[in-house]
Amino acid sequence: MISRRGFLKGVACSFAMAAGRFFEPEYIFGMDFMGPEGLPKGTLRESIMAVLPGKKSLIKRSYRPPNYETPIRYFSDIFTPNDVFFVRYHLSNIPQVDVKRWRLRIGGDAVDKPLELTMDDLKRGFEPIEIVALNQCSGNRRGLFKPHVPGVQWGYGAMGNAKWKGVRLKDILNRAGIRASALEVTLNGADGPVLPATPDFVKSLPLWKAINENTLVAYEMNGEPLPHWNGFPARVIVPGWTATYWVKHITDINVISKPFDGYWVKKAYRIPNGRFPIVERFVSQETEADTPITEMVVNSLITNIEDGQIFRLGQPIEIRGVAWDGGYGMKMVEASIDRGNTWQEAELGKDYGSFSWRQWSFVFRPPRRGKYTVMARATNQIGQSQVFELIRNPAGYHNNVVQLIGLSVV
Amino acid sequence: MKRFLFSAFLFLCLFFVQAFGQEQPIGLRDGPGRELVEGNCAICHSLDYPVMNSPFLDRAGWEKTVNKMVSVYGAPIRKEDIPKIVDYLTKYYGKKE
Repeated sequence: MISRRGFLKGVACSFAMAAGRFFEPEYIFGMDFMGPEGLPKGTLRESIMAVLPGKKSLIKRSYRPPNYETPIRYFSDIFTPNDVFFVRYHLSNIPQVDVKRWRLRIGGDAVDKPLELTMDDLKRGFEPIEIVALNQCSGNRRGLFKPHVPGVQWGYGAMGNAKWKGVRLKDILNRAGIRASALEVTLNGADGPVLPATPDFVKSLPLWKAINENTLVAYEMNGEPLPHWNGFPARVIVPGWTATYWVKHITDINVISKPFDGYWVKKAYRIPNGRFPIVERFVSQETEADTPITEMVVNSLITNIEDGQIFRLGQPIEIRGVAWDGGYGMKMVEASIDRGNTWQEAELGKDYGSFSWRQWSFVFRPPRRGKYTVMARATNQIGQSQVFELIRNPAGYHNNVVQLIGLSVV
Repeated sequence: MKRFLFSAFLFLCLFFVQAFGQEQPIGLRDGPGRELVEGNCAICHSLDYPVMNSPFLDRAGWEKTVNKMVSVYGAPIRKEDIPKIVDYLTKYYGKKE
């Protein structure tokens, strides 16, 4: 039970936080809004800045299960700090995992000998690998779909770029011995549903992706243990693929010889066939109509300018942002200040590997007063570019529509 | 059975108050069916979900959503309460004509 004192303390804290927030510069200058105007009205009304234990203020989309979005201004850094990294859960039963009692179990009908590993086994028994990779929710920007589709109404912030450290899933599976019959690898974490009738969040990967050298079981994020809300003590890292496969609090990995028939693969996280330019496929889960979502589509985000911002004539305007894709790497980012009539190439920042996002910047000197519409469009190494018109799909995935940001020069 | 379910529900509520100390009460709009929405939907998720998903679903959209909660996620909603919940969500959190 919450005691009277506890309750009063909570109320006092809320007031203190609300007051504290008022003095933060981004609050005063309006940078810290609850999301772009295109979000549903109910979303904008119900979203607030809120704190989960161990995190700074994030944009709360839902309390339970916790879905919290990172404010755009944090994307100016190449690595998204752990304490502002977005949080996404489907189910509300989320245990605090005790790493001493935690075990990673490897099994399934397509391994020779099942394994059980402790955190020590994982850290000492395998070659440690580090990789920089963007973790992006399949439904990032779902809230900007026109017409809206049901689900968590994310703005731009259901993503983060981090340096992950762990071991190759391939090395772990090889120790258990992968049989010739192996087809898929299932991933289950310690979190689960409130009601036994609700399907547990279990995912599967095609074997070839599970044993790709970049697919890891990670125990560190940006040089620290994973935060609780991002999968402590270990999560799966599938660079290039959307975050639905990056199972948190991982405890059970099974190599199986038949297509996995869990709800979260068979029915959820699916995209209509043929509508997106997808290279990496999950063939054993494809149907006539649709297929599991796999790699991220090419995309970019302007991170330092807010819609409606005002600049003075004579002042050069630097536009910065990030760009990414499913792991082919960026070829170029083009920027426009006249609503797409003319384009100029932006300057690309340091390359942290093809699974990281790439920073870019572009400076323009407005020749006269007036309104300008800024756009940025990323193109990857295999020639795919962001779209100008939304590719609609029932669950609201893969929104990579070029942004339009209006600014005034006075 | 009813008493058991009610106790289980109370237990879950307490559990989640503990686990998610930050959760603030969501004030849903007052109207017929509100208690049913609060009593049923909040077992598994906070009540900001319907508000967040508004106002863009029409009756068919809310019906589909509520039915999915029952058939896919196993929400223990009494059959006769389903239309009342759909009515409430359509009226207070539905797309305006």
